Amino acid sequence: MTPNTNSPLLQLSGVGKHFGGLAALTDVSLHIKHGEIYGLIGPNGAGKTTLFNILTGLYQLDAGSFSFAGNTYNCCKPHLLAQAGIARTFQNIRLFANMTALENIMVGRHLRTRTGVWGALTRNAAARAEESAIAERAHELLRYVGIHRPSHTLAKNLSYGEQRRLEIARALATDPTLLALDEPAAGMNATETESLKALLQTIRASGITILLIEHDVKLIMGLCDRVAVLNYGKKIAEDQPEAIRNNPAVIEAYLGGSHA
Amino acid sequence: MRKIIQYKHIIIILALAILVLALPFATDELLGRGWVRILDFALLFIMLALGLNIVVGYAGLLDLGYVAFFAVGAYTYALLASPQLGLHLPFWIILPIGALIAALFGALLGTPTLKLRGDYLAIVTLGFGEIIRIFLNNLNAPVNITNGAQGISQIDPMHVADFYFSRSHEIFGISFHSVHQHYYLFLALTLMVVFVSSRLQYSRIGRAWMAIREDEVAAEAMGINTRNIKLLAFVMGASFGGIAGGLFAGFQGFVSPESFSLMESVMILCMVVLGGMGNIGGVILGGVLLVVLPEALRNGAGPAQQWLLGRTLIDPESLRLLFFGIALIAVMLWRPAGLWPSSTRRRELEAVDGVAQQEQDTVYDAKH
Repeated sequence: MTPNTNSPLLQLSGVGKHFGGLAALTDVSLHIKHGEIYGLIGPNGAGKTTLFNILTGLYQLDAGSFSFAGNTYNCCKPHLLAQAGIARTFQNIRLFANMTALENIMVGRHLRTRTGVWGALTRNAAARAEESAIAERAHELLRYVGIHRPSHTLAKNLSYGEQRRLEIARALATDPTLLALDEPAAGMNATETESLKALLQTIRASGITILLIEHDVKLIMGLCDRVAVLNYGKKIAEDQPEAIRNNPAVIEAYLGGSHA
Repeated sequence: MRKIIQYKHIIIILALAILVLALPFATDELLGRGWVRILDFALLFIMLALGLNIVVGYAGLLDLGYVAFFAVGAYTYALLASPQLGLHLPFWIILPIGALIAALFGALLGTPTLKLRGDYLAIVTLGFGEIIRIFLNNLNAPVNITNGAQGISQIDPMHVADFYFSRSHEIFGISFHSVHQHYYLFLALTLMVVFVSSRLQYSRIGRAWMAIREDEVAAEAMGINTRNIKLLAFVMGASFGGIAGGLFAGFQGFVSPESFSLMESVMILCMVVLGGMGNIGGVILGGVLLVVLPEALRNGAGPAQQWLLGRTLIDPESLRLLFFGIALIAVMLWRPAGLWPSSTRRRELEAVDGVAQQEQDTVYDAKH
């Protein structure tokens, strides 16, 4: 697949979402280009995770639509969006806690493999080959994200930083075009954040586009090509990190009116 | 090292095989023929428990109406091989049909409950189990299909050509009684169910089930079509129940709705939970214990009181339930993951101990 660099990978146009009377997102339009790291920031409750949930099919949008890799979506099942190439991690880690680290990643291979009941029962040549390919890829990804533990360690017994990395590995196992990370550095110390940054740069270098929600301003500034700022469900700015830092609307959103 | 382990495995498997094959004769010799019949029932319940284990243990969908599939299998057999409808098909045709119809009912239950989780799913499945039972109870009018509460009797015994499982046979000079023959037939089908279960458990499908059990939202986001995979769990589990039901009908020669009460669903669920959810060995253990122990109490409690106290103080039947309740609570307190938990869970306990040990060591180092 050769990415068409002229058209954006992801294009949101007029996306809106409300929960009862609360407008979580209002008329949000933005686009993400192939191969960039795109940051999404905003105060708590600004609608960042809501936007993520729409992009990954957990919520259905109420207004507007988004197009991904040339197809337009305005409602979709999560597994179909994963199939299309959007993979995500979660703000509050959602690993399969009682499965091993390796199995967690192997689950990520589910949608790129085909063995059904018949293959599982007969364990024919095709099923065996596929199964060992899944395991091999999972081992590979485990090393790729830098988890150096026995692969049969249960996910819930990994350290916090490792769990974050395992989520990324699991998402990568789905062969995504767009990797959406919801606060991957939350709760990490400076060293862990530094190595996470290196990992994200490696992932981007491999050709995967990254959408990043993050509160760690240093990480956002050092990593992102462009940043969008949400406040009360509206996009108030979209620019390069340096310009965002000096944008009066952004400063007002974070620090209050008197500083503007 | 690896070779030693393999030899050990082979020896264990051989010993188990001999034990399982010789069991009905040893039981017959030591405890009497009635106990061989109890063993037959134990095998039927193991099949049921393994079927429910797919739904509850693997996919984590709490199903309190599982006995409905047992009922569907049993009534399929009863209707296709009895004077009730005048049909007399051989059992090896009916069993697959029963499994298929039960699977269909599995999909029928699964479809509307796809969006339900936890307690809500449990209540709906419980209702489904009751609906099936009440239907069977009332489908005698205006057209008599199930013969209502009287049930269907004179069901054809299982046979292959002229070999009737219900008649005694002399093979190689050993006489096989009806219960012995049924034992080996049930054993063969139980082994088949064990095989299917274990192959599915360690496959792409099994992993998807477990992912749904662990976190359905994450499983969906990872691209698992949760609708299809959950339906598959219902369908597979139900088909095992259908097979067990067919065997039950052929073995008993009689079915009636009261064999398929909510209590039976609860018993099967207990087998799965007590034995060790998600672990085939544990589920088998649970099935054996929950069939054999109540019977042992029923038969043993009266004489034991006579011998100890000189008279029967407590009715053996109530004593049986009392013991049963105490045993359940004891297991919940001391072995919450079941008597024989799955290896993953065992591993996880060990790993937690390892971490705790490490922390202790650190504290120790800091102090000295």
